[in-house]
Amino acid sequence: MTAGGYAIAAEGLRKRYGDTPALDGFDLRVRPGRVCGLLGPNGAGKTTAVRILSTLLRPDAGRAEVAGFDVARRPDQVRHRIGLVGQRAAVDEVLSGHENLVIFGRLCHLGAKRARQRADELLDRFGLADAGGRPVKAYSGGMRRRLDLAAGMILAPAVLFLDEPTTGLDPRSRNEVWEAVRELVRAGTTVLLTTQYLDEADRLADRISVLDGGRVIAEGTPDDLKARLGGDRIDLVVRDAADLAAAGAQLGRVAGGEPEVDPDRRLVSARVEHRAGALTELLRALDAAGVAVEDVALRRPTLDEVFLHLTGRRTETAEEVPA
Amino acid sequence: MTSTTLPDTASPHVTPGRPALLADSVTLTRRSLAHWRRDPGPLVAALGFDIVMVLMFAYLFGGALRVPGGGDYREFLMPGMFAMTMVFGISLTTLAVSADLDRGVTDRLRSMPVSPLAPLVGRAAADLLFAVLTLAVMLLVGLAVGWRAHGGVGDTVAAFGLILLLRFALVWVGVFLGLVLKGQQAVAGVQTLEFPLGFLSSAFVAPATMPGWLGAVAEWNPLSATVGATRELFGNPGWGGDSWAVQHAPALALIWPVVLVAVFLPLSVRRYRALGR
Repeated sequence: MTAGGYAIAAEGLRKRYGDTPALDGFDLRVRPGRVCGLLGPNGAGKTTAVRILSTLLRPDAGRAEVAGFDVARRPDQVRHRIGLVGQRAAVDEVLSGHENLVIFGRLCHLGAKRARQRADELLDRFGLADAGGRPVKAYSGGMRRRLDLAAGMILAPAVLFLDEPTTGLDPRSRNEVWEAVRELVRAGTTVLLTTQYLDEADRLADRISVLDGGRVIAEGTPDDLKARLGGDRIDLVVRDAADLAAAGAQLGRVAGGEPEVDPDRRLVSARVEHRAGALTELLRALDAAGVAVEDVALRRPTLDEVFLHLTGRRTETAEEVPA
Repeated sequence: MTSTTLPDTASPHVTPGRPALLADSVTLTRRSLAHWRRDPGPLVAALGFDIVMVLMFAYLFGGALRVPGGGDYREFLMPGMFAMTMVFGISLTTLAVSADLDRGVTDRLRSMPVSPLAPLVGRAAADLLFAVLTLAVMLLVGLAVGWRAHGGVGDTVAAFGLILLLRFALVWVGVFLGLVLKGQQAVAGVQTLEFPLGFLSSAFVAPATMPGWLGAVAEWNPLSATVGATRELFGNPGWGGDSWAVQHAPALALIWPVVLVAVFLPLSVRRYRALGR
C-alpha cells in the first residue's frame, strides 16, 4: 500500500521553532497492522512528529508518507485515511456522545443516516451505548477518552495516531482504552502511540522507537531494547539502612560495577552478567559480612532502566507542551 | 465486532469525495446551534446583558441626557443599542474560536477531510444567526420602551441590514482575535476592545462634546457610521455635525464593514493556515 510496504515512513524530518530544533532528522518506519510506541523525554519531539505525520504541521525538511500518501503534498488523501486522538479529549462537552459522533461522521461526508448508524456502531463498540444520549460532561475520564477514540475511528482509519491516550486516566480507564486500541489493531489499523508510560508501550507496542533530541536513538521490540541494556539485575533490600553501604560494596564487587542506591527504599541495585552464580555469591558475601537481607530479587531490566540508560534521563510525568 | 462493517476508505480503490466547503460549513454551523440548544446559559446571559443596558440607558441615564433638537431620548438610544449589541457579539466569536483551539477540536478538524475554510465559515454563519436573534429581541425591547421606526419598510429593512453587515465584519475581527489570542487572555483582550469601540462612538454621547482628537476618532469609528446611517433610515434623531464622516455616514456604514472584512477575513484565513507552520 505504500513505498516498501510501510504504513508510516518518515525520512529525515526536521522542524525547528525559532532556534530550537524540535525534530532533527527523524526517521521512522511502521509496518501495516502494527503498533509503534514513540517514547522520549519531555521536548524530545514526540508530539511534533505526530503533528507532522497527521498533516497538522509542515516539516522544514525531510519527507513522510502515511497510508501511501505524502503528508506534505497530498494531505487531503492522508486525512481520509488517518485518525488522530490528541492529548486532550477533542469532543464537545455539552453535546451527547451520539451527537458528537454524528457531527464527526457528517464531517467525514457520511450521509445523515449513515452518520447516525456509524455513531451507534461506534458507541456500541466502545461500550458507550448506554451513555450515548448523555452529555459528555457527565462522562468519566475513561469514557471521554473512549469517545475520543471513537471519533478518531469514524472512517476506520488505516493509521491511527494516539498522542498520550491515557495520560491522567485511572488504571481502570487505562485498561479500557488499551482494550479498545488492541481491538482496532486486530481489525487491521496501524497505530503510532506516544506515551510517557513505559508499561503502556511495553504492553501495547510491537516496536518502540526511543526519541531524544528530535531523533530516534534506539529502535526495536521491547525485548530487544531490554536485551540491549544487557544482563539481568539484582535488587537487594536491606533490613537496616545502616547496612546500605556494606551491601552496596558487596553487590558492586559481585556485579563488577557501581550499584545504584536508593536510601528511601533501603535498596541497592546493579546489573549482573551471570544470573544464578552472582546471586549465590552475593548472598554468601552478605551473610559473611553480617548484613541482614529483607528482600532480594533477580529480574530483567525494566523499560524504564533502558530509557534511563539510553537518554540519561528518567521518564518524566509532565509532558512537552504541544506546539 | 469485525472490521467488515466499517466503511472501508482505507482501500486504495476508493476515491474519497472532495472536501465540500458548503456541506462542512453547514455541519459546523449546526454544531454551534446544537451547543446553544444544549447549553443556552451564555446566550441568555448575553441577551440579558443587552436588555439591561437598554433599560439602564432608557430609564436611569436617559433622564439626564438631552438629545439635540429636543428629540425623544429612547428614539435616539435604540439605533446605538442595536449596533452596540453587535459589538458585544465579538467576544462570543472570539471565545468560541479560542475554545476550539484550546480543546484540540481545531486540530482534529484539521486532521480530517474537512474543507479548511469550513470551521471559519461555520463560525461566521452561526454567529450571524445569533445576531439575528439578538436584533429580534432588541427590536421587541425597543418597541416596549417606546422606540419606533418612522421610515418606510425598505428603509427599516436596510437599516437592520447595515447592522447585520457590521456584525458580519466584526465576526472576522472576533475570529482573528480568537486565533491569535490564547485562553483567558483572549477574553480580557476582546472585552477591553469592545468597550472603547462601543463607547468611543456617537452611539450614546455626542462626539462634539469630546476633546477634539477624541471626537474625531469617535466620528470615524465604524460603529458611529452604522449608528448614524441607521438613525437616518429609522427616522430617529441624531447628533448632527458637519464633519465629512458624519455627513457621509451611510456610505461609511457600507465602506467600513467591507474594509474590515477585506482586512480581517484574509488575516484570519492566513492565521488559520499558519497553524500548520
